[in-house]
Amino acid sequence: METDINSQDRKDLDKFIKFFALKTVQVIVQARLGEKICTRSSSSPTGSDWFNLAIKDIPEVTHEAKKALAGQLPAIGRSMCVEISLKTSEGDSMELEIWCLEMNEKCDKEIKISYTVYNRLSLLLKSLLAITRVTPAYRLSRKQGHEYVILYRIYFGEVQLNGLGEGFQTVRVGTVGTPMGTITLSCAYRINLAFMSTRTTGEDTGVTYPSVEDSQEVCTTSFSTSPPSQLSSSRLSYQPAALGVGSADLAYPVVFAAGLNTTHPHQLMVPGKEGGVPLAPNQPAHGAQADQERLATYTPSDGAHCAATPSSEDTETVSNSSEGRASPHDVLETIFARKVGAFVNKPINQVTLTSLDIPFAMFAPKNLELEDADPMVNPPDSPDTESPLQGSLHSDGSSGGSSGNTHDDFVMIDFKPAFSKDDILPMDLGTFYREFQNPPQLSSLSIDIGAQSMAEDLDSLPEKLAVHEKNVREFDAFVETLQ
Amino acid sequence: MNCRSEVLEVSVEGRQVEEAMLAVLHTVLLHRSTGKFHYKKEGTYSIGTVGTQDVDCDFIDFTYVRVSSDELDRALRKDALRNSGGDGLGQMSLEFYQKKKSRWPFSDECIPWEVWTVKVHVVALATEQERQICREKVGEKLCEKVINIVEVMNRHEYLPKMPMQSEVDNVFDTGLRDVQPYLYKISFQITDALGTSVTTTMRRLIKDTLAL
Repeated sequence: METDINSQDRKDLDKFIKFFALKTVQVIVQARLGEKICTRSSSSPTGSDWFNLAIKDIPEVTHEAKKALAGQLPAIGRSMCVEISLKTSEGDSMELEIWCLEMNEKCDKEIKISYTVYNRLSLLLKSLLAITRVTPAYRLSRKQGHEYVILYRIYFGEVQLNGLGEGFQTVRVGTVGTPMGTITLSCAYRINLAFMSTRTTGEDTGVTYPSVEDSQEVCTTSFSTSPPSQLSSSRLSYQPAALGVGSADLAYPVVFAAGLNTTHPHQLMVPGKEGGVPLAPNQPAHGAQADQERLATYTPSDGAHCAATPSSEDTETVSNSSEGRASPHDVLETIFARKVGAFVNKPINQVTLTSLDIPFAMFAPKNLELEDADPMVNPPDSPDTESPLQGSLHSDGSSGGSSGNTHDDFVMIDFKPAFSKDDILPMDLGTFYREFQNPPQLSSLSIDIGAQSMAEDLDSLPEKLAVHEKNVREFDAFVETLQ
Repeated sequence: MNCRSEVLEVSVEGRQVEEAMLAVLHTVLLHRSTGKFHYKKEGTYSIGTVGTQDVDCDFIDFTYVRVSSDELDRALRKDALRNSGGDGLGQMSLEFYQKKKSRWPFSDECIPWEVWTVKVHVVALATEQERQICREKVGEKLCEKVINIVEVMNRHEYLPKMPMQSEVDNVFDTGLRDVQPYLYKISFQITDALGTSVTTTMRRLIKDTLAL
C-alpha cells in the first residue's frame, strides 16, 4: 500500500507510530500497577513529552516493548498486543485482557501527518487513559497484593484471544487514519471470571512458563506489575532451565517478595503456611524493617530466566518448608497466602481457629497445645525481637494471673490482654473478657424453669398480687423517695 | 455547520450526583483540552504538556481520569455543586462554542459546535444494602458512559481550526494557567419529581437556603 507520501512525512509517520506504540504500552501497564497515577501539567513545553501528554516512561517497560517490537512497527497482519493476566498465590492464572494495536488497509491519503495525525494520536492516548480505568481488570488490579498479582506480557504478531474464555467483550478505544493505513486500538476483555485451575503439581513448584506459540516475532515475557519505584530497584538472577531442588525453590512463586519477611524472625512462615510465600504486595505487609526490594520476574519461552533473589537465608527456608507442607494446605479453609500479623507465628492448627468469627480468637484459650505453640506464650529465644506485647504478657509485676511459668512442658497462662493492669480490681480485663465470652445461661431460659407450664405461672399470679397489695404503702413510699 | 449534540442519562442516588457529573465533565474535558499554546514568530506555536490524574469516587465504585489542573477542577466543582441535592430530574449541558466577533453595537456571537447533555435522575434509597448495590451499579453505568464518550470523541468530526494568535481567545479558554480547554459553558435545568416548573423550584431552593 505504498502511496505517494513523501519521504519526510513517511519518516515522521513511522516515528509517530513507534512512539505511540511505546506510550500505549506504558499507559496500559501503568494502569494495572494497582496505584493511582498522577502526572503534572506543564505550560511550557519540555520537548520530550510525546503527544503533548505527560506519560511517565518506566524504563523496564520501554525496554521490553522495544524488545517485543524488535525494530518493527505495527502493520497489517502484525499487531502489537499487551496481555494482562492475573495470577494467584496458588499458581492459578487467568488472562484478563488483550490490548491490540493494529493497522488495517484503509488509508487516508489526504490527511496531514505532522499535524492532524499527531493530534489524533494524542486524542487516542487520552481515550486510552480513560478506557483503561473502565474495564473490569482495573478494579481487580487496584486490589492486587496478597492474594493475587497482575502480570503483563507484550508480544508482536497475531492476536491470540483464546485465553479470554467464552463470551469475551471488545471495546474499541479509537482509530486514526493515516496514508499508510488506519491505526486501531482496541481491548478484548474477559467476562467469565471463573477460574480454570492451571495449578502445577505439588512436587514441582518451579516456574510456570506461559505457553505461547513459538514464532520468531513473538517474544513472551511476563512481568509483575509492581509500582515503578520498586521495579527500578529489581534485581534479576539467572535460573538454569533444569530446575533442581535448591535454587529452584526460590523461583516459586513467579512473583516473589524477596526479603519481605526476613528481617523479622517472627514472621518466618515456616510452620503451616496456608498458601505459599506471601506474594509481593505493593507495600510492606508488616511495617517492619522490611527490605523493600521487589522483583520484576520474567519468563521468556526461549530461556529459563526467572527472577528470585532472596536477600537472606531465611527466605530459602521459607520456600523450602512451604513445599513440604503442600498437602496440609489442602485441608485448610483458606487457599490464599494469609497476611500474618506482626510478631505472630501461626501454626497450622491455629489457622482453623482464626477462621472462626470470634474476635481475638487467636487469644481465646482453647487448648494447651495451641498456647504452647503460640509465641506470645512461649517467646522464641531470639532476644532482639521483644515486642511490647510480649513484654506485657510476661511482665514480672503482673498480678491476678496464674502465670505459672514453672511448668516444663505446658505453660498454663491466663489470657492477658495488652496494656491491662489489674491493680485495683481483683478481676482483670482478661478474666472479665473470658467470662463475658462464656456467660452462664439465663435461669429463665434454662430447661427446668421452662418445663413449668404457663398454667402454673398463671395460677401463682393471684397469690403474688395479694402480697403486693398488702405492701402497697411501702411501694408508694419508695416511689416518693425517687421523685 | 450544525452543532453536534450528545445525550447521556444516569440514575444516581443523592450523594452520587456531584461525583457522577464530575466524572462525565472531566472525561469530556480531558479530550477537549490541550496544553497551553506558545506562539512564536511566523505564526507557529508550540503546545504545553497536559498531565493527568486518577480520581477515585467516594460514593461510587468508579475511578475516572481528569486533566491535572486544579483550577479547572475547582471551576467544574463549583458548577456541579449547583445541581446537586434533592429528588427529581436534573439536566446539565456542557456546551463547547466558538466566539465570532461582531461589529459594534452587536455583542460577540457564541456559536456552539458540540453540546453534551447529561440527564441526572436522582433516586432516594432507604437501606444501606440498596446503597451498596447502587454504588456498584452506578459505577458500571459510568463505565458505559465513558465508553460512549470515547466513541464520540474518536469519530473525529468537526473541531474548530487551530487559531492564529489573535484569534486564540475565540476558540480556547486561555484563562487557566496550565491547560487550555476549548471554550465551554455549563448550564442547568432542574425539575423535581412532580414536574413543577423551574421557577417554583428555584424559589423553593432559595427559600430553603435562606431559612438555614
